[in-house]
Amino acid sequence: MPKLKSTLELEELRKGIVSRRDPNRLCFTVCSGTACLAIGSQQTFAAFEIELEKQGLKDRVDLKATGCPGFCERGPIVVVYPQEICYLHVQPEDVAEIISQSIERQIVERLLYVDPVTGKAISRESDIPFYQYQKRLILGNNRLIDATKIEDYIAVGGYKALSKALFDMTPEQVMAEIDKANLRGRGGGGFPTARKWRSTRDAPGEPKYVIVNCDEGDPGAFMNRALMEGNPHSVLEGLTIGAYAIGSHEGFIYVRQEYPLAAENIAIAIKQAEDYGLLGKNILGSGFDFIVKIHKGAGAFVSGESSALMNAIEGKVGEPRPKYIHTSEKGIWDKPSCLNNVETWADVPFIINNGADWFTSIGTERNRGTKIFSLVGKVNNTGLVEVPLGTPLRDIIYRIGGGVSGNKKFKAVQTGGPSGGCIPEQYLDSPVDFDELTKLGAMMGSGGMIVTDEDTCMVDFAKYFVHFLSEESCGKCVPCREGINHMLDVLTRITEGKGQATDVQLLEDLARMLKEASLCALGQTAANPVLTTLRYFRHEYDAHIYEKRCPAGVCKALLAFYIEPDKCQACLICARNCPVDAINGGKNLIHVIDQSKCIKCGTCLEVCPPRFGAIKKISGEPVPALIPEQGRVIQRKG
Amino acid sequence: MKKITLNIDDKEITVEEGMTILEVARGAGIDIPTLCYHEKLEPYGVCRLCLVEIGTPPRTRLVTSCVYPAADGLVVKTRSERVIQTRKMILELLLARAPGAKIIKDLAEEYGVTKARLRKTATFCILCGLCVRYCAEIKKADAIGFIGRGIEREVMFIPEIATESCTPCRECFTLCPTGVLESNFMLVQSLLFKQ
Repeated sequence: MPKLKSTLELEELRKGIVSRRDPNRLCFTVCSGTACLAIGSQQTFAAFEIELEKQGLKDRVDLKATGCPGFCERGPIVVVYPQEICYLHVQPEDVAEIISQSIERQIVERLLYVDPVTGKAISRESDIPFYQYQKRLILGNNRLIDATKIEDYIAVGGYKALSKALFDMTPEQVMAEIDKANLRGRGGGGFPTARKWRSTRDAPGEPKYVIVNCDEGDPGAFMNRALMEGNPHSVLEGLTIGAYAIGSHEGFIYVRQEYPLAAENIAIAIKQAEDYGLLGKNILGSGFDFIVKIHKGAGAFVSGESSALMNAIEGKVGEPRPKYIHTSEKGIWDKPSCLNNVETWADVPFIINNGADWFTSIGTERNRGTKIFSLVGKVNNTGLVEVPLGTPLRDIIYRIGGGVSGNKKFKAVQTGGPSGGCIPEQYLDSPVDFDELTKLGAMMGSGGMIVTDEDTCMVDFAKYFVHFLSEESCGKCVPCREGINHMLDVLTRITEGKGQATDVQLLEDLARMLKEASLCALGQTAANPVLTTLRYFRHEYDAHIYEKRCPAGVCKALLAFYIEPDKCQACLICARNCPVDAINGGKNLIHVIDQSKCIKCGTCLEVCPPRFGAIKKISGEPVPALIPEQGRVIQRKG
Repeated sequence: MKKITLNIDDKEITVEEGMTILEVARGAGIDIPTLCYHEKLEPYGVCRLCLVEIGTPPRTRLVTSCVYPAADGLVVKTRSERVIQTRKMILELLLARAPGAKIIKDLAEEYGVTKARLRKTATFCILCGLCVRYCAEIKKADAIGFIGRGIEREVMFIPEIATESCTPCRECFTLCPTGVLESNFMLVQSLLFKQ
């Protein structure tokens, strides 16, 4: 295809694409993000292809594999345009009905979202509460475009911001606009983006590099993945604009190996942008040159740290550098290197297109714009949520997330992944922004949000994150390598009921040292999960240490399962399901658990019919003595 | 060369620009403990014992003096309460890792670290990397390197290279602050090297 040589040619291309598309034409979109693919959206998509062929509709309707719209809990998701009817959990066998009904402009009621409060079915995607309360700027185009087709991105206004920046703005004007928008880094630190850009631009040394950080590694976080898979051109466009402002002609996209689809889609995007002259030499005839290379990470959490990431790009081991000069001044091969998160780059075209004033109208004073969170854990609607910064936690968890799953009681929400902290119920009305979360001892991080309920043991929860970090520490500096490991040691001991009275003090000493002395942010923030659980759930630590009791009934070493003799109906179900034959059953005999054999898997509790409810979970108190053999015979009435 | 003046432990010191805090302090006879520092090698900043407090209250922070560039007007405290407390905890960690190493025992004694709260692991190597970096930077041999990550991190001779280069050299042996390297080498030699 011929390269575009001017803004005019880009606009003509866009007009051509849009004019060939009928907005009223029936179009089926199937989510092809990783989460939906994992539950079979590929088969659903294939079923659409086959069925459209069979019904002879191939030329009359469109079929599109799109990016992730965010409602991962209910995938595979199909949205039918132009009415925007959203079908959830769509299986291949549902496809024929969807097609035939849609042709008649009818709706397949049984596949719609049903509001759990009103019991009413909701047909339009944007009316579903999960979406209704969001503000989907960055994520919004995911559901409209096929990530492998640049024409789709151009049709929704793609590369307009780039041409505006290149032709109507000087690099300094671009910089000033980003500055005025008060955009802060979405990777977690919340550092002012324009200040970082300036520092790279003003640092001595050529060439200068710009880099996309897609080493998203927090457990339960996948917002960067969804963007890179679903709308890679938006990241690429933002990166190119940034390069123009900074005066860089070479960029890197660092994408983790564990995100194969993201790497594939961004590679396709780069190729297509090059073919159209939107990347490479003399972009859009402006005289500005910019090339982008992909670097695939080798799978280390710490490589998301800026200096470690730069080492990795240089081909060295991805370990942080002990330097006090920012990578924005001395980064890759000691050249000025500006690293921003995927989402930060994706924000840039929006700001350039709509202006800083528009951007600052969203969010709170020091926290402008939107942020994508991955809402996971014990919540009804898990998935990706994009809201203005400053939205209260309660709105995210209850209005969008639909509250805690299984009618359980909310306990805490962990924000910011393993470097973040947990926030208890009394702070649920706090606005979610960089500064507020830090005040609470947590962190915005890249946007992970893990909801826990009453069945979560907070000591065990902290242990989970510390264990994660102990495996991800590179081992270079003493505090992080040794400190996290000892912290894990102490937490393990507490959850095993071997905690000592001095352990909390020891945890606090280790935590302070980690924060003060670690080489990089991994170690410096590693204690946050421990510190916040200690701050808000100290009573759970005390219960483990002093009473040898796990209040949530999670820590196996502190648990026992017991069959209440007066409730057992000798139905044999628990005995049959026990994986280690620890239950002594028998017809008409009250069942008893052999505690020496029991592995505390909880199967008996799960299978005991609710109308009997005979299994009791015990923690912190002795198991009642076995009833004598002769007393085990059940005397049934009649 | 531009002259700069900084204040270390209430002492005004004027030096040429381009030195680290550690270099300036040592030049002025102020002792800062280090385990991974070597004047011939690139600063590595991993033992974290050389942490010092910089700035004026309330805006102070801890930095590793072996890496941090000395700057005009900088105020440095090498033995503030905050520094001592952090060093003590680091020494407690090192004492648990290498309880038999003389250099660690001596430092622990100097800082009054007597607590034995942590689980001990029987090793002498504190992963300061002096051997690895000396071999790479000075000898350009890369006969010894790190393997593993986190607590699994270890120093290893690379047999293919070590068989050729190490026997005549052995210069890293004397660098090892805990003296474990020589015995490691002997072990590897007895197990793997061709006689």
